[in-house]
Amino acid sequence: MKRESIVPAACAAVTYTVLCHPHHHTVFIVLTDGPGNKDDITRSKNEGKELSKEEKQRLRKQKKQQKKQKERKNEKSETEKEKTPVSLLPPPRPVATQKAPSALPAPASAPIPVPASAPFHSSPAPSPADKPAKSKAELKAERRARQETDRAAKQPGSSSSGIKTKVPLSELNPVVKRLPEHVQVDDPAVVKRLAKKLERQQIPLRSDYGYKVSLFSHLHQYSRKAPLTQQLSIPSTVIHPSIVRLGLQYSQGIVAGSNARSVALLHAFKQVIRDYTTPPNEELSRDLVNKLKPYISFLNQCRPLSASMGNAIKYIKKEISNIPSQCKEEEAKTKLLTCIDRYIEEKIVLAAKAISKYAIEKISDGDVILVYGCSSLVNNILCEAFEKSRKFRVIVVDSRPRLEGREALRRLVQRGISCTYVLISALSYILPEVSKVFLGAHALLANGYVMSRVGTSQIALVARTFNVPVLVCCETYKFCEKVQTDSFVSNELDDPDDLMVTRKGKTQLENWQDVSSLGLLNLVYDVTPPDFVDLVITDLGMIPCTSVPVVLRVKNLDQ
Amino acid sequence: MELQAVLMAAGGGSRMMDLTYNTPKPLLPVGNKPLIWYPLNLLERVGFEEVIVITTKEVQKMISTDPKVKLDVKMKLDLVCIQEDADMGTADALRHIQQKVKTDVLVVSCDLITDAALHEVVDLFRAHNATLSMLMSKAHEFTETVPGQKGKKKTGEQRDFVGVDDTGKRLLFMANEADLDEGVVIRKSIMRKHPRMHIKTGLVDAHLYCLKKSVVDFLADNKSISSIRGELVPYLVRKQFSKSTNSPKVIDETHQNLKKNDSNVNLEIQISSRDEELLHLTQERSCWNDHRGDMSDAYHGGRLRCYVHIMDEGICYRVNTLAAYIEANRLAPKLFDEPAVHPSAVVSERCLIGADSIIGASCQISDKTSIKRSTIGVSTTVREKVKVTNSIIMHGVTIEEGCNIQGSVICSNAVIGRGADIKYCLVGSAQRIEPDGEHTTMSKACSA
Repeated sequence: MKRESIVPAACAAVTYTVLCHPHHHTVFIVLTDGPGNKDDITRSKNEGKELSKEEKQRLRKQKKQQKKQKERKNEKSETEKEKTPVSLLPPPRPVATQKAPSALPAPASAPIPVPASAPFHSSPAPSPADKPAKSKAELKAERRARQETDRAAKQPGSSSSGIKTKVPLSELNPVVKRLPEHVQVDDPAVVKRLAKKLERQQIPLRSDYGYKVSLFSHLHQYSRKAPLTQQLSIPSTVIHPSIVRLGLQYSQGIVAGSNARSVALLHAFKQVIRDYTTPPNEELSRDLVNKLKPYISFLNQCRPLSASMGNAIKYIKKEISNIPSQCKEEEAKTKLLTCIDRYIEEKIVLAAKAISKYAIEKISDGDVILVYGCSSLVNNILCEAFEKSRKFRVIVVDSRPRLEGREALRRLVQRGISCTYVLISALSYILPEVSKVFLGAHALLANGYVMSRVGTSQIALVARTFNVPVLVCCETYKFCEKVQTDSFVSNELDDPDDLMVTRKGKTQLENWQDVSSLGLLNLVYDVTPPDFVDLVITDLGMIPCTSVPVVLRVKNLDQ
Repeated sequence: MELQAVLMAAGGGSRMMDLTYNTPKPLLPVGNKPLIWYPLNLLERVGFEEVIVITTKEVQKMISTDPKVKLDVKMKLDLVCIQEDADMGTADALRHIQQKVKTDVLVVSCDLITDAALHEVVDLFRAHNATLSMLMSKAHEFTETVPGQKGKKKTGEQRDFVGVDDTGKRLLFMANEADLDEGVVIRKSIMRKHPRMHIKTGLVDAHLYCLKKSVVDFLADNKSISSIRGELVPYLVRKQFSKSTNSPKVIDETHQNLKKNDSNVNLEIQISSRDEELLHLTQERSCWNDHRGDMSDAYHGGRLRCYVHIMDEGICYRVNTLAAYIEANRLAPKLFDEPAVHPSAVVSERCLIGADSIIGASCQISDKTSIKRSTIGVSTTVREKVKVTNSIIMHGVTIEEGCNIQGSVICSNAVIGRGADIKYCLVGSAQRIEPDGEHTTMSKACSA
């Protein structure tokens, strides 16, 4: 047991019997990566309570982890620290109890060095013979002190418990995966829960708009004319101004495309971190994560988060939780800012360069390349290939209502690449000319399916029937642990009013809401099965679609 | 903090001297509330908690001492006084408080009465990272006859030409007829970037501006600009399309030469922000463009952008002329839902008070009076058999029996003698109308 390595054997037996009291929490300061969860387990163990199923599961996994960590930590300072407590433990016991209150709020990095680093008030070494006699009184004092710490800990308790539930998950990643919840707007209980959560975070609830087609009635559908900022106060105090700006840019479509959204999100988080000050009696590692939660809910209300954004947020939260508590605020902030810069540099900029390098090998002279919509990565690849003097021409396929292909067309023609522009309805007409299809992806799912702009699966299907190779380009940070086989379960509904067109002053669909049997559907994403995709080009190399779960597993092990 | 509100309440009301020679413009009663209450109420409704109010010493004194001037706002007001005779323009006032300005500002004029949704203006400012965002409204004709003026006065005011792009949000061109010699001159660079421009003339400028902090700093360095509406806004609108704002090379040089006095340069240094590369990367990767049809990037690569929100419906008035003042009094009760008749007013039972009249506090309305479409101020005494129609009676006025007041404005502390018949007149402050006098379309004000 971990505890044995810290508490000297002489005391161990005594400690067990006396402290196994059902009414007292016993908190041992243990050296751990995850703050607090070990305390939880040891506490409930000592209480002799019935452990709940989750706690039992956690315990089992703890043991597995401990075995792993024991090997890793042998060279750490724990051994030295073990030695010091062994010789000095008797006098620091009373010191340790006084230190316990301050240590509990920071269990992450308050290992037994607390007695080692604490100023020793008492003389170094009373005789070990006194120890058993002293221990009872000491233990009572210790118990009392621990009760007080627990009472004091009740205030940051909510934040620490939040961390507790999070950390076991990331540590137990190989076994238990937390999947993103499905949006269930047609279930009133879920909607009520969401409304309560938003109310707690002081974020206004955005109401759905218009009639939803029945197959997609479980998804949110918002109107662009009713922005969330209508319900916020104008100098926004609850939400940081750069997050409000970001939410507006998302909902109006000014920042669109999963790479752009992630970069913008990280940029906004940088501003938030810069303006953040730790409130007194709080820890940066816990409080900052809690500050970010309402912002993330707000952004989710403005526009549902993309998979790449979700991964970026997970990364940031992990980085923040891993900030050691003795780190000064300025240092912690600069550390986080450099982490963010590094993430963007590695996962987006350098990944794009690597993908271009692989993809250019696949582009030969005389190629006719078909692209769909405006994928920043594919545009990047084509521009780089053109600069490396490959001779090819591009066919840009576009679709309503977004008509993003126009922007892709502009960027390619600006570089000098010769392009053709068609709408998706002309796809089978143009495909006999095409030699390769390059597609971008919004996310790659764990079962190998490609989630991308609606229309991509059509292109892949028709290309397959024409025997044209389909290459999907996607950075690894967009790989997602979701599993989906159809486009219904989890998707995004855009503003249905976008489908209205005004030609010669007349808008035919102007009063579509009055027609009871008419529903407008503006889907954003669809999923392409891996059978239609020949190759996925990632920054790790060129892999088949079915290797995505392998990459995910490797990534998780690395983390 | 995102935005700081600045309320400009130092104006003189030069276009309605009859009313303002005694009462300063911010404290003129409109619907029995001081004029300055309306923009303050707007800011408070929207969620501001602090406002910097730039005003004169006289106004500040009256606000703090006069019980009739109750401001009733929960926000914290930071009153900054400037000298009345200093002849400061709005931009000068902004320069005066430059030290207090820590973030972007929302500048409001004290004579604005509107129920506009401010988030529309501020959303444009936020979403496009604009330098200037303003509010305008379609002008409504004033239908009431203005007392003291014979016949409909032709507006001697000159037209404003406002050019917006196809979406109706981006401000491309702004000029006043007074500044144009022969015709409207539009630069080719604007036409090349925005081939479709809509030029509107019937718009009322609400004088509500969202300005970036860099503009305030720029004002501090350029002391030649003295009015926001007259000089700063046209300058910013012109600068959107000037060459120096757009070429990145110039910006690099300016970063090196910090001691340049050129006004163009200063604005550029201040516009660029930290994390410029990340913003640039975002824009590069985003598949959005604000225009289509040509080869340039979003916003044509320009870093200075001006936006305008044009209101189609809703109330938006600037009370700077007598006609506007009367119109505002007519519409003001729609903006707040206090009862028309103040509970402390003593209204006798046999008088007829129309539904759209407002009776102020501590009034005394006697029998057999008829009050239609009028506003009666605080502590006014109206004796028997008085007919008041379509008029504005300010505070502390005494109207003796048998008077007939129609379409007029009676200023504070005036006394209307018995049996007087007043039609379309403007009676100045503390004036006396002799009994049985008959006055039509006249302006009786004291030459102080």
